[in-house]
Amino acid sequence: MRIGIVCPYAWDVPGGVQVHVRDLAETLIERGHDVSVLTPVEDPANLPPYAVDGGRPRAIPYNGSVARLTLGVKATARVRRWVRHGDFDVLHVHEPLAPSLGGLACWAARGPIVATVHSSIERSRVLATGYYLAQTVLEKVSAIIAVSEHARRTLVDHVGADAVLIPNGVRVDRFARAAPLRDWGSPTVLFLGRLDERRKGLPVLLDAFSLLRQTQPDVRLVIVGPGDPGEVLADVDPMLREHITCLGRVDDEVKAQALASVDIYVAPNTGGESFGIVLLEAMAAGTPVVASDLEAFERVLDGGRCGVMFPGGDHRALAGAIEELLRDPARCEALSTLGRQRAQRYDWGSVSEDVLRVYESVVSGQQRVEEDLRGQIVGRLAGRGRGSDA
Amino acid sequence: MNPWWWALIGAVAVLLLALYLSMTAGRLDRLHRRLDASETALDVQLLHRSALVLDLASTAIFDPASTVVLADSAHAARAAQDDDRIARALIESNLTRVLAETLSDREEVDELGDDAKALQMLAELRATCVRVQLSRRFLNDGVRACRQVRKQRFVRWFNLAGRTPWPETFEMDDTPPPGLALH
Repeated sequence: MRIGIVCPYAWDVPGGVQVHVRDLAETLIERGHDVSVLTPVEDPANLPPYAVDGGRPRAIPYNGSVARLTLGVKATARVRRWVRHGDFDVLHVHEPLAPSLGGLACWAARGPIVATVHSSIERSRVLATGYYLAQTVLEKVSAIIAVSEHARRTLVDHVGADAVLIPNGVRVDRFARAAPLRDWGSPTVLFLGRLDERRKGLPVLLDAFSLLRQTQPDVRLVIVGPGDPGEVLADVDPMLREHITCLGRVDDEVKAQALASVDIYVAPNTGGESFGIVLLEAMAAGTPVVASDLEAFERVLDGGRCGVMFPGGDHRALAGAIEELLRDPARCEALSTLGRQRAQRYDWGSVSEDVLRVYESVVSGQQRVEEDLRGQIVGRLAGRGRGSDA
Repeated sequence: MNPWWWALIGAVAVLLLALYLSMTAGRLDRLHRRLDASETALDVQLLHRSALVLDLASTAIFDPASTVVLADSAHAARAAQDDDRIARALIESNLTRVLAETLSDREEVDELGDDAKALQMLAELRATCVRVQLSRRFLNDGVRACRQVRKQRFVRWFNLAGRTPWPETFEMDDTPPPGLALH
């Protein structure tokens, strides 16, 4: 099948949606499908051969965090050109309601379109984006996939559309066979995520860590993720800082190695997570997980059975949970095994099969994806004026 | 007030109404196109299902009685392609029930273990049953969205839907046969 996938966020900036799109595309290619991904990108040199440059993103505050999105006349023209020359059997748009390439692609194309909704959008956001705009985008979508029950519910409640639930996938083998990054020499706890985004919960973990050091003087904290460590660690006791290692932004391979090298992975997020893919990655690597009691995390951890959960934002409870786990190697071992089993269910091999079923159920063999020229005055001018040649 | 003012207000109102009507007509058009596509997609999957059942019936997997019933209901389903919705839905549901009866037992299906060709056909049948389910669900979602717009006052008053028939959902039993679960 010839499949066009649209990624809304910059390819070379780490993020859950980008990883999802990359893994889906690569799994589909491994299965022998012909895949083209249109995505914004900071530096086109970072693109793999199957991806097409959708333009440079700009920083725009959206849905509670700063997202780098691609908009405007030029982006519209690129989307149209890609659709026109793509000759796709099916178009798969990610995050169609984000003001980015996804929505543009829905306007620019017609035919079999599948959309995946990743985030849970608040009602106010939907209304701000415009109920009418949301409708015009979703009206053309033949099938909607939601990666979590939460994301599905927001769609049902606020836009009145239903969705098929297909969870996020993990490339289990990549994480399972990663070699440890290094031997830390003492019990080590890992944090993964943007340092400067409060809802990722690093401040909670830092508070817990300083408590924890009082009873476990040799414990070490490793922080992985983009952001300025100086800013975050400014309030931390200098004595404590010696036991914190910041690795900065790393690629996926190093992330897998980091996961494999530590004793516990902590997800102290205080909100805004609709799935929790990193938890699955940790589980695939066999690392025990301590996570805040967000609904999404609870689901991934099979109701808390495959990890340890603590009340979100409560650093005392977090410190207690980590300490208890560090003192109980047998429990760590058990959680590691349970986690590996659990992650297997989310392996891309089986998830991509579910996605393919959805493609097949909207493709009838009679209609392909083509450019939609009706009523798109601005887009038409942009598309014609700039693009038919280059 | 100056009559010119009234004329201006009137003109603006007419303009806004025209804009609204043309946007709504555009929406309706998109929705109807999507419905057409979904109908075709469901049709393709249903035909694929009955064709697979006919193929299966022609192999020696089933006992003669099951073979006859399967072939019979699959033939009926193929012949019902151009029947009206309700008749076709009944016949397709009937095929679903026959499949559920003949492939009711997971263990029986497992005994086919060494027949690679049969297993492949059964796997394909299961995938097709799932696709039928999905296609039908997407069609009915589309019908719901389309009806919502067609019920709007202005759409009815100005007959924006033209002569396009009122969208109907497709109601059938599409549960995949229990014996094929997790295959």
